[in-house]
Amino acid sequence: MDMLYNILIAPFLEIAKSPSFFAEVVIGGLMSGVMYSLVALGFVLIFKASGVFNFAQGVMVLFAALNFSGLLDAGLSIWLAFPLTVLIMVLLAWCIERLVLSKLVNQQDIILFMATIGIGYFLQGFGEFLWTGNVRKLDVGIPQDAWFFGDIMIQQSDVFAAVVAGILVIVLALFFQYTRIGRALRAVADDHQAAMTVGIPLRSIWLIVWSVAGFVALVAGIMWGSRVGVQFSLSVIALKALPVLILGGFTSVPGAIIGGLIIGVGEKVAEIYWGPLFGGAIEEWFAYILAMLFLFFRPQGLFGERIIERV
Amino acid sequence: MKKFVTSALAATLVAGSVLATPVMAAGTQNIPLLVYRTGPYAANGIAIFAGMIDYFKLVNNRDGGINGVKIKYTECETGYKTDRGVECYDRTKDEYGSIYSPVSTGITYAIIDKATHDKIPVFSMGYGRTSAADGRVFPYIFNFPSTYWSQATAIIRYIAKDLGGMDKLKGKNFAFIYLDHPYGKEPIPFLDIMAKKFGFTYDKYPVPTTSMTEQKSIWLQIRRTKPDYAIMWGWGAMNPTAIKEAASIHFPMDHFIGNWWSGSEVDVKAAGMLAKGYKSAAMHGTGKNYPVYTDLKKYVYDTKQADNLASAGDVLYNRGLVNSAYVVEAIRTAMKKFGNKPMTGEQIRWGMENLDVTAARIKELGMTGLTPPVKVSCANHEGNNPGIFVQQWDGTKWHMIGDFIPAMSDIVRPIVEQEAAKYAKEKGITPRSCS
Repeated sequence: MDMLYNILIAPFLEIAKSPSFFAEVVIGGLMSGVMYSLVALGFVLIFKASGVFNFAQGVMVLFAALNFSGLLDAGLSIWLAFPLTVLIMVLLAWCIERLVLSKLVNQQDIILFMATIGIGYFLQGFGEFLWTGNVRKLDVGIPQDAWFFGDIMIQQSDVFAAVVAGILVIVLALFFQYTRIGRALRAVADDHQAAMTVGIPLRSIWLIVWSVAGFVALVAGIMWGSRVGVQFSLSVIALKALPVLILGGFTSVPGAIIGGLIIGVGEKVAEIYWGPLFGGAIEEWFAYILAMLFLFFRPQGLFGERIIERV
Repeated sequence: MKKFVTSALAATLVAGSVLATPVMAAGTQNIPLLVYRTGPYAANGIAIFAGMIDYFKLVNNRDGGINGVKIKYTECETGYKTDRGVECYDRTKDEYGSIYSPVSTGITYAIIDKATHDKIPVFSMGYGRTSAADGRVFPYIFNFPSTYWSQATAIIRYIAKDLGGMDKLKGKNFAFIYLDHPYGKEPIPFLDIMAKKFGFTYDKYPVPTTSMTEQKSIWLQIRRTKPDYAIMWGWGAMNPTAIKEAASIHFPMDHFIGNWWSGSEVDVKAAGMLAKGYKSAAMHGTGKNYPVYTDLKKYVYDTKQADNLASAGDVLYNRGLVNSAYVVEAIRTAMKKFGNKPMTGEQIRWGMENLDVTAARIKELGMTGLTPPVKVSCANHEGNNPGIFVQQWDGTKWHMIGDFIPAMSDIVRPIVEQEAAKYAKEKGITPRSCS
């Protein structure tokens, strides 16, 4: 009986007792969700264009951040280091397309997925080879203080990340929806061979989409690297993007954002109000439970494309 | 016949000259290193193993090895994963299995039975299974200069000192932020005991290993509960994230104390000035201001053999140096009994149990101020001097503050023996006699 009370009644009483703290938890969750979304976006872009789950996306975040911070440490200004890192990510995309993807056209998705695992391991080692494994501080001027509105605290760095993510999503959504390249990307995602037969250059499309994913990885890497320093644990943040993808759908850019926000708020509220009942650290698995609940009602995710298979 | 006599004479002369060579012993002292230079804990592993390796190189280059026996080490990458650590142990034990320093509580736990069976000592310097300090039950496991429980008591003693006395602990509330991993959970039973004894309360905040970089919910709760002190048992990316989050909620940083695995440059660099005031326990000194560094420069750095020069002088690099120095001294001690030749695991265990690193010996090693004296015995594998130093980050570097804080051994030792006895009963071990 006590258990039921603690699960069904006590948390809500606590919320009612301190609504300002609840508001802070929700805002904190939204801000964390934005950070997850930044990583999830990279997955979505590549999945949209190739139907491949890019296992290397987390490592791409790390690799981009390593290059950016390495160039800064070498004495370059932010304004030079940023475009140079973008160039490196484009070069990486070109290498991936030339050396890996072009050899695997029309192969099963699982083969391409396995290839991305290999790319991930390679990039991790190559990144360490280039820039060593030392932790690098990344300071690009993102404000680190907090605003206080009454009892409610909001991190300035979180708001900065939210604004950047918002701009990124708008640009990407417009790009996919209204440009020729965007339409071509969607066509390639539907069917490689069909897209090629109507004259869509598959290899150029893959190059573009991996470059854009590299750019998104750089933005995510800068945001996360500014928070915790650039170190190899950054590659682990990809795990936080998985429930976001399950919930938001693997093919929707807005889905990555909305999914991120739902997961962010859901896991923070669950951790703070229900976590102590289970010994804490429930947000780790609660995100997946939440995503699974959504899947019961929308198996393709909130914004994913409905799959209709005719026999 | 003449040819035969000439050859025999020549052979005798050659043999004689070899035997007359004073120190050069046959073979090498093989030592395995279960390193982690990749993965989420790479930044920590790179510094600590660089220290270990550079000390071995120093001994080889400067002294020609330990009493003439050169050290040969091999690396096996674990990625700080317990399963890979066990695999590395199995792969290296036949050729290199003399003594292991896994720098991982998970791996230490996993190889306790194997190492004991194989008669190979495991040196878990300031980590691993606390109850292994009872050498009667754990003859091959060593955890000097201090265990997690001793460290926890010393941290509580430091907080009490900060508050104005042990009685001031009563009614206080602490936040305990820990890695959700055997390492992070190790001090919990003892914190429970101390909470009861001294009348304080503490809230537990586990950080999952896959969410080390996302701790917002924890720090929101800490902001709400406003604990008097926060104690951290972290590792890897968990530490810089926690320190940054603490700074961002304006938690008083001088009331935030990490254990000695949460107090290296790797942990505070990302936060920089934001981490100013943060404290941590320490088992040895920081920086390069010790005579041993003069030798390291001459024999290792200047000969371009440094494993990772960027880490030299860092907290974790110094920990690696001290770790290797203890290993070398234990082998040297063993050689006094068994002769100047490569030592087996069993012989090194004897060396560990008879290790007495005095202040005079530390001076000879050029490590005065870097590491305190320690004496190990058959029954007490934690050593006779458990406790902590406290260091504080000033925004750019660590500084030692205050004196050595001794552990509450009167509380710790009986529970160590109790837990060891429980383990012995579970495993059907008859504790050996150390009298």
